[in-house]
Amino acid sequence: MSTATTTEAQDLAPVRTESLAELLISKERPPRPSALSASLTFGWRAMLKIKHVPEQLFDVTAFPIMMVLMYTYLFGGALAGSPREYIQYLLPGILVMSVVMITMYTGVSVNTDIEKGVFDRFRSLPIWRPSTMVGYLLGDALRYALASAVMLTVGVILGFRPDSALGVLGGVLLLIVFSFAFSWIWTMFGLLLRTEKSVMGVSMMVMFPLTFLSDIFVKPETMPGWLQAFVNNNPVTHVASGVRGLMEGEWPAADIAWSLGWAGLFVAVFGPITMRLYSRK
Amino acid sequence: MSSKQPHRSPGPGDLAIETTGLVKTFGENRAVDGVDLAVPAGTVYGVLGPNGAGKTTTVKMLATLLRPDGGEAHVFGHDVVREADAVRGRVSLTGQYASVDEDLTGTENLVLLARLTGHGKKAAYARAEQLLDAFGLGDAASRQVKNYSGGMRRRIDIAASILNTPDLLFLDEPTTGLDPRSRNQVWDIVRAVVGHGTTVLLTTQYLDEADQLASRIAVIDKGKVIAEGTKGELKASVGAGSVHVRLRHAEQRAQAQEVLRLALDVPIQLEPDPVALTARVGEGSSNGRGAAEQASLALAELARTGITVDNFSLGQPSLDEVFLALTGHPSEPQDPGPQTGQDRQDRQDRQDRQDRQDRQEAEATR
Repeated sequence: MSTATTTEAQDLAPVRTESLAELLISKERPPRPSALSASLTFGWRAMLKIKHVPEQLFDVTAFPIMMVLMYTYLFGGALAGSPREYIQYLLPGILVMSVVMITMYTGVSVNTDIEKGVFDRFRSLPIWRPSTMVGYLLGDALRYALASAVMLTVGVILGFRPDSALGVLGGVLLLIVFSFAFSWIWTMFGLLLRTEKSVMGVSMMVMFPLTFLSDIFVKPETMPGWLQAFVNNNPVTHVASGVRGLMEGEWPAADIAWSLGWAGLFVAVFGPITMRLYSRK
Repeated sequence: MSSKQPHRSPGPGDLAIETTGLVKTFGENRAVDGVDLAVPAGTVYGVLGPNGAGKTTTVKMLATLLRPDGGEAHVFGHDVVREADAVRGRVSLTGQYASVDEDLTGTENLVLLARLTGHGKKAAYARAEQLLDAFGLGDAASRQVKNYSGGMRRRIDIAASILNTPDLLFLDEPTTGLDPRSRNQVWDIVRAVVGHGTTVLLTTQYLDEADQLASRIAVIDKGKVIAEGTKGELKASVGAGSVHVRLRHAEQRAQAQEVLRLALDVPIQLEPDPVALTARVGEGSSNGRGAAEQASLALAELARTGITVDNFSLGQPSLDEVFLALTGHPSEPQDPGPQTGQDRQDRQDRQDRQDRQDRQEAEATR
C-alpha cells in the first residue's frame, strides 16, 4: 500500500479494471449539447487557459496602459494644447484601437492551437461545428472587457472625465460586440495560414492602416479629400465615433448603426469561410 | 448490448466498418490508395504497417476528420461523408499524439469533454472523477496534462474516449513511445473496453501489439492492403514455424547450434539472449518432416550430445516474419539482406535502436 502512494509520475497507480468495467457497462448516452451550451463550454475552456497561463493577460493590461500613456503625452501638447485636454478626445479612440489590435491574438492562438491533437477530438464530436470558434471568441470578449477596464482606469487617473457612466458601459459593450465580429477575420487567417509568424505579418498589414487611418488621433477635417474618403468609411472610425459619442452622453445613432452593420457583415462573410476552413483542416 | 437504445445493437454478424476503394491523395502522394476493409462488430481489428503506410490517414477518414478523395466508407452503415454527424455520435478517437488539452488539468479535460458530449455539470464532474479513479490518475487529477508522463497521457486520452462508451473506438498507435510496462497497461485497458462490446480499430507498427490484441489484421503498405485475415491465416500463409531452445549453459550454445544445423538442415539463429537459439522449421524447409516431428528430433539430438536444455517451445512465426514475407522488405525500411542468423540479429539490433530513437523523438516533440 505504501509504495502505491509515491507521488512520482513513474510509479503509476494500477488501472482498476473492476471500476473500469462499471464505467463501461453503462451505455446511456446523454442528449447532444445545444449550440449555446457547446459554445459556452468552449468559452469555459478559454477561461481555464487564462487561469493556467495568466501571463497571456499581458497584452490586455500592459499594452493598453502603454498605448494610453504614449499617445496622450506624445500628441497631447501639439494637438490639443495639453495632454489633459487631448485625453478627452483621445481615450475612447485609443480604447477602440487597442482592443481592435488585441483581436489579432485570436488568429495566433487559433493557429497554434489547431495543430494540437485535441482539435482532432473536438472535430470528431457530434456538436454544433462553430462552437469551438465561438468559444474562443467568448473567452476573448472577456479579455477585451478587461483591457477596456484597465484603460478607462488609467484614463480617469490622467484626467479623462466621461459625461455619462451609462454611456461608458454602452461604449464598451459596442466595442466588444464589434471586436467579437471583427475577430472572425483572424480565425480565418489563423486557419488559412501555415505559421504563427505569417498570421502576425498579415495581421499587422491589416491593423496598421485600419487603426491609424481613422479619426482616433485627429478629426478627419484636416486630411486630404481622398484620405477623408477612406477615413470616413473605415469601420474603425465608426466604432470610435460611436464609443466617443456614447461616452460624451450622446446617442450617435448613425455611428452605432454603422458599427453594428459592419459587425454583422464580418460575421456573415468571415464566419462561413472560417467554418469551411475548419471542416477542411 | 442493451436493448434500451434501438439504434445501437450491433450483432455479431454486423460490420462496424466497411470501406471500398478508399483513396486519399496529398498532392502527388497517394497516401491511401484503394483500401478495402470489412471490420466485424465487437472485435479488435488491427491495421498493421510501417510509418507512412497510410494508417493514420485511413483512421482520419473513418473518423470524419478527412474527406476521402475516392471510394466509400461506412461506419455502422452510415456514410462517413454524407452522414458524418451520425458517425460522430458513435465513434471515439484517440490520436497518435494525446488528443487532450495539455494546458488543462486531468479533471478539467474530462469535464470539458463530458460537457461537450451532453452531460450536465454535476454528472460531468462525477464521471470525470470515476474515470480518473479507474485509470489510476486520481492523484494527478488537478495537475496540468503537460506535466504527465507518457503513460499517464495515454491513459487520460483513452479515458476521454470512453466518457460515453463508444460503439467504435479508433486507437491510432496507442503505445508508440511507451515503455513496455505502460504498454502492457494500455493493452489491459483495450481488452477491458472490447470486453464490453466496443469495436476497436487499432493501428500499430508494432507487430507484437497486433498479435496480442487483434483478432483480424490488415497489413498495409504504401497505401494498399497487402494481406488480410486472422492472425493464424496470416502466419500460415508464410508456412513456417520456429523452434525456440533455451540452454542451461551459455558456453554450450556454439555446439548446440552445430548439432541443430546438422539435424534440421536449416540456418540456426542466435538470439540476443546468450542461452537462446531459434530454428525456422516447417513445410519445405527440410526433408519432408512436419514441424513437430522436426522439433522432437532436434530435442533428441541435443539430449544425445549431452547439452542441457532448460526450456523448449514450438512457436508460430512472428508477425515480423509475416511482414517480411509479404512485402519483401522488413517493416522498417532497412537494407534487405539474406535471411541468415547474423543478419537477422543485426537488423533486430538496428530496429531496437531505431525504436528507442523514435520513442525519444516522440517524447521530445511533446
